[in-house]
Amino acid sequence: MQRSLAYERHLNLEATELRLGLPGSDEAPEKTSATPSVRSNKRASPEISEESRSKGSSSLSSDVENCEGETAPPAKEQIVGWPPIRSYRKNCLQPRKNDRVDGAGMYVKVSVDGAPYLRKIDLKVYKSYPELLEALEDMFKLTIGEYSEKEGYNGSDFAPTYEDKDGDWMLVGDVPWDMFISTCKRLRIMRGSSEARGFGC
Amino acid sequence: MGPNPKMRKEFFDSTRSSPFPDEVLERVLSLLKSHKDRSAVSLVCKDWYNAESWSRAHVFIGNCYSVSPEIVARRFPRVKSVTLKGKPRFSDFNLVPENWGADVHPWLVVFAAKYPFLEELRLKRMAVSDESLEFLAINFPNFKVLSLLSCDGFSTDGLAAIATHCKNLTQLDIHENGIDDKSGSWLSCFPENFTSLEVLNFANLNTDVNFDALERLVSRCKSLKVLKASKSISLEHLQRLLVCAPQLIELGTGSLMPELTACQYAQLENAFNQLKNLSTLSGLWEASAPYLPVLYPACTNLTFLNLSYAFLQSHELESLLCQCPHLRRLWVLDTVGDKGLEAVGSNCPLLEELRVFPADPFDEEVIHGVTEAGFLAVSYGCRRLHYVLYFCRQMTNAAVATIVQNCPDFTHFRLCIMNPGQPDYVTNEPMDEAFGAVVRTCTKLQRLSVSGLLTDLTFEYIGQYAKNLETLSVAFAGSSDRGMQCMLEGCPKLRKLEIRDCPFGNAALLSGLEKYESMRSLWMSACNVTMNGCRLLAREMPRLNVEVMKDDGSDDSQADKVYVYRSVVGPRRDAPPCVLTLSGL
Repeated sequence: MQRSLAYERHLNLEATELRLGLPGSDEAPEKTSATPSVRSNKRASPEISEESRSKGSSSLSSDVENCEGETAPPAKEQIVGWPPIRSYRKNCLQPRKNDRVDGAGMYVKVSVDGAPYLRKIDLKVYKSYPELLEALEDMFKLTIGEYSEKEGYNGSDFAPTYEDKDGDWMLVGDVPWDMFISTCKRLRIMRGSSEARGFGC
Repeated sequence: MGPNPKMRKEFFDSTRSSPFPDEVLERVLSLLKSHKDRSAVSLVCKDWYNAESWSRAHVFIGNCYSVSPEIVARRFPRVKSVTLKGKPRFSDFNLVPENWGADVHPWLVVFAAKYPFLEELRLKRMAVSDESLEFLAINFPNFKVLSLLSCDGFSTDGLAAIATHCKNLTQLDIHENGIDDKSGSWLSCFPENFTSLEVLNFANLNTDVNFDALERLVSRCKSLKVLKASKSISLEHLQRLLVCAPQLIELGTGSLMPELTACQYAQLENAFNQLKNLSTLSGLWEASAPYLPVLYPACTNLTFLNLSYAFLQSHELESLLCQCPHLRRLWVLDTVGDKGLEAVGSNCPLLEELRVFPADPFDEEVIHGVTEAGFLAVSYGCRRLHYVLYFCRQMTNAAVATIVQNCPDFTHFRLCIMNPGQPDYVTNEPMDEAFGAVVRTCTKLQRLSVSGLLTDLTFEYIGQYAKNLETLSVAFAGSSDRGMQCMLEGCPKLRKLEIRDCPFGNAALLSGLEKYESMRSLWMSACNVTMNGCRLLAREMPRLNVEVMKDDGSDDSQADKVYVYRSVVGPRRDAPPCVLTLSGL
């Protein structure tokens, strides 16, 4: 039961659901029991964490999951200082939660210039650029064109770009596939001849 | 060499208990390094006590409140190196308020007067301020070694003071502290003519340092043996540093985030190829499959591999382990799974220490991690294993019994079944027999951490068999006072006992009256001890400090957190309001 719950959340069905109405309205807030950032106890900062707020070592702060339309099993209550992991190590590991969890996908947002809402795809599903581009073409019903190192994407109005971990916007296809999927944070399919060609200069 | 008049006089002095003149005795005793040996030596007679005191260069103080700096300086006049530990270990897990104490400053003030030529200071769980670091930097012209582990209260400004003023610094080891990481400019404070550094560990810090300054520093410090960089150092930077320092013995990489061109990758591979002497490798943040092979050439002589910040899968670990035939110590995350641990068993016959940390300790829906199967696999392949720290979500009595049969030489056995009070998941029985097997089989056991569902029987076993046990950690275990009584009555070498969330009350606490004076400390939190019990203890044992911390909103009579330790200086005077010191005097 718990396993399918986790899987469904990772599929992120709500995000890809087609609805009438403006994007952003009628958002169902999905409170998960995933470790909130408030639990990273930075010793130097006076941030009150779930743990240190209740100074007693045995007082439990419950953290109940709240999934839309389902009766969720209650999440495990947090106990102060347990498991016995040093604050330093907890802080180092926290930010990684969304990255390489076994079984979870590597979901990134995809925007297309002119489209009313974004989509999300799991990069882990694809093994190469041609596969990815084909899927994008399929999803958005458009043609992306041929990649060339010198000229970027030729033959259409669309050019796939991505934002890397440094915040820079790059043309999809320049770096080896493995490097791409570890640095890609989101995708944007740009439209408009001048801009798209601009990448090829 | 002419006759030594002093020697002749003492040879005929019949009141001397020792036939050796002081100089010879001191010379001989100065060869003793272990402080346990030195303590024993100092008890022989007054002459030996004096000679030992004069020849002691390094003093180790396991609890900063057990003694005062004045007493230390009076007894040991020629100390060059000090190791000082402060807060109780459970402060690592946020069970101790931040202003609890263990301030290093009063120590530094005395040292400045009595040990102006102090060279080394190693601190663990002490409160250290920037002001203290600056004081240290300015008042000790010969200062060489600074090591800060699990300390807090300082910022990178303090490090800047050290870099600026310590002209003879050889080691700067900043490790797992709660630092206020303001900026990386401290590193640029090392003067351009400063060349003595041998150890630099700044893995703790995240703010960017001036890379050019770092590169110049590494280039000119020809004796640099240990370099542990922070996450802010990229692969490109790493390559340049390695080129400057192929003589490194220990390396902590920065981020392994893949971002190199093919040409840069080749250069990095080459740089690792030059590291012929590497015995320790750590860091490896954001390590991923494409870049692990770049490390391979440097792995041939590795004895310690710390992958505890690298989210590796089992096959990635296996490929790496194949490159490390001499591995003795391995730290990993449980993302490698049981399969990864099978690879450890198959590839690391010389392994002596294994630590498996949880990648997602708080996520209850996580299905992966490691189980008893992984631990078993390691025990079959690594018969020399003697130190283990293992975080898991399930365990069985049978598995542990087999494990210790395979590896009977455990000195440190720290098993953390992460769900408190969890039984053997196959038989549904308590885990008593598991730890019974551990203490019966592992006669050299010095340190033990227990977990899972445990009754008093576990503690009967421990008391009966764990004759060499010095450190014991207990959580969410036991059925009655008897459990704690067994521990206190049974373990003759017990020095540190830390207990949390167990049903032990006053009777248990008071059963150890005489014992506590032979121990460093006792910690009990969220047990059934009351203020009256603590007051009684304090009254009966005036040479113990009994400190109580109360939780907000708890009953007046409850002693929520109790810390008891022996001391020759009586109750401390720097306790914050939240710490009640109960004194028998």
